[in-house]
Amino acid sequence: MALRGDERHAELRAALREFCARFPAEYHRRHGAAGSYPVEFVDALTRAGWLAAMIPEAYGGSGLGLTEASVIMEEINRAGANAGHCHGQMYNMCTLLRHGSKAQKDTYLPRIATGELRLQSMAVTEPSTGSDTTRTRTTAVRRGDRYLVNGQKVWISRVQHSDLMILLARTTPLAEVRRKSEGLSLFLVDLEAALAKGLTVRPIANMVGHETSELFFDDLEIPAENLIGEEGRGFRCLLDGLNAERTLIAAECIGDGRWFIDKVKAYAKERMVFDRPIGGNQGVQFPIARAHVNVEAADLMRFQACARFDAGLDCAAEANMAKLLAADASWEAANVCLQLHGGFGFAVDFDIERKFRETRLYQVAPVSTNLILAYVAEHVLGLPRSY
Amino acid sequence: MRILVPVKRVVDYNVKIRVKADGSGVDTANVKMSMNPFDEIACEQAIRLKEAGHAEEIVAVSIGEAKCQETLRTALAMGADRGIHVEAPADVQPLAVAKMLRAIVGREQPGLVVMGKQAIDDDSNQTGQMLAALLGWAQATFISKLELADGRAVVAREVDEGLERIEVTLPAVLTVDLRLNEPRYASLPNIMKAKKKPIDVLTPGDLGVDPAPRLLYLKVEEPPRRQAGVKLGSVDELVTKLKQDAGVI
Repeated sequence: MALRGDERHAELRAALREFCARFPAEYHRRHGAAGSYPVEFVDALTRAGWLAAMIPEAYGGSGLGLTEASVIMEEINRAGANAGHCHGQMYNMCTLLRHGSKAQKDTYLPRIATGELRLQSMAVTEPSTGSDTTRTRTTAVRRGDRYLVNGQKVWISRVQHSDLMILLARTTPLAEVRRKSEGLSLFLVDLEAALAKGLTVRPIANMVGHETSELFFDDLEIPAENLIGEEGRGFRCLLDGLNAERTLIAAECIGDGRWFIDKVKAYAKERMVFDRPIGGNQGVQFPIARAHVNVEAADLMRFQACARFDAGLDCAAEANMAKLLAADASWEAANVCLQLHGGFGFAVDFDIERKFRETRLYQVAPVSTNLILAYVAEHVLGLPRSY
Repeated sequence: MRILVPVKRVVDYNVKIRVKADGSGVDTANVKMSMNPFDEIACEQAIRLKEAGHAEEIVAVSIGEAKCQETLRTALAMGADRGIHVEAPADVQPLAVAKMLRAIVGREQPGLVVMGKQAIDDDSNQTGQMLAALLGWAQATFISKLELADGRAVVAREVDEGLERIEVTLPAVLTVDLRLNEPRYASLPNIMKAKKKPIDVLTPGDLGVDPAPRLLYLKVEEPPRRQAGVKLGSVDELVTKLKQDAGVI
């Protein structure tokens, strides 16, 4: 494509910028300071159909791909908001769309498209099981037409603002499977029903006001028809969702990076020290220019990952590399922006400190930089497994 | 009934205007352009009339360079049914616009033309009035309230003394003011649908109108820079200054 990254899908970008302008920096600052969830913003996004972008038209969505979904997430972050409050809906959708049964899609997708149901959460991580997903300890045991779930999950985001959650649990013990990635299954959990019958949610206060919780399952019953895909093959289904998640978060980092660069570029032009703008100094403009170069480069990998995902090709390498490049680029831009604003960078009213904290998360979640490097070394380059 | 909504592509209201170095006009190169905000309000009102069952079809029309089609797509994404683009030079003046709109009214036979009271670029505030005169139709300008019943429109007009309530017989030209409504933002499904809605492309020649300007702009310049004020210590000092320096009392 000859178009530059931020020239693609211009009509979506224009509409989103107009939409986001109705929620000015002050709105996000207030929720940031209170650590509260921006309900009005997410509701309005849902009503305007943005979070149903990937749902097929037949189910009431717009039938778009991960590429367009990623543009939506990017523009939200570029506008000074935080797509982390609502991106779950997009990548969880990928799991349901690709692996859900016709009955599940018929039941849930139309209601998700209208906003009546929210599918914002995915429960994979456990206190003792982080990146080593195959060691998942939460179990689901079949009892007639139900599964009985026991175990614990942690860092499960947006549970309190979601109606449905995708859950990964072991259905065959690790000792009884040929490959350790077998015997895991995915389920769709109706959160409201579960809360009364065996699910306990304990919120975790954190640095960026991200709504995230610990979950405890104590004999939670899930109807057998809520199994997504085949029993025991959940790990494969999960990977589609994870690749989509990483790619979308790369796009959010691109949006953050552009927000920081827009902000620091404007400041460097207008801030006068010794009777001239600070942006006239190479010591100031070179770091901004370098951050911009890195954001643009990361954007190429992000669109490559999107294109492969949308074409149904394996995109694990590209999704991981895009996530690493984009998270590094946004963090570099964040540092430059904070540094060049001097003391003002720390002032809450400039929004830089909030965005700085928010974009820092993406060095860690949803997959840490070291794990991406380990993946690339082993699976892309064929080096010995290092962990 | 069919409603015609003319929409103009203008420099976005958030953009800080720059005058070209040679004083020949405003610099629009690499500047964000949008639908004239008053036209957005007109578009919103037409959609509300359709939703309320007063109209069956909304036709948006834009006159100017090729990129006006982006502005038409915005109108289509809000809810207009189809578009007409009259491809013309960027600086068509109000009388030529009014004449082209008259020709389009002749083709489309709308029961109402709803348009912005003025465009925020040249602030002419002429096209609606000229169009009504050319058509021999009733006009209601600067409206901030609208009710339709029995082939009549009852409107509140924003005038210097307050609100003026008048009744006009349809067909009519309505020009809208800021407080009439708050335009909706386009939803994603409607943006996707808008891509498939038709836009007819015409030329001024098709409409029998010569778009050449009748008025010559001599020079465009920026307003003088605001001078710094002074702080005064007392009312007496202020009175002295007003008498001696400003000469206003």
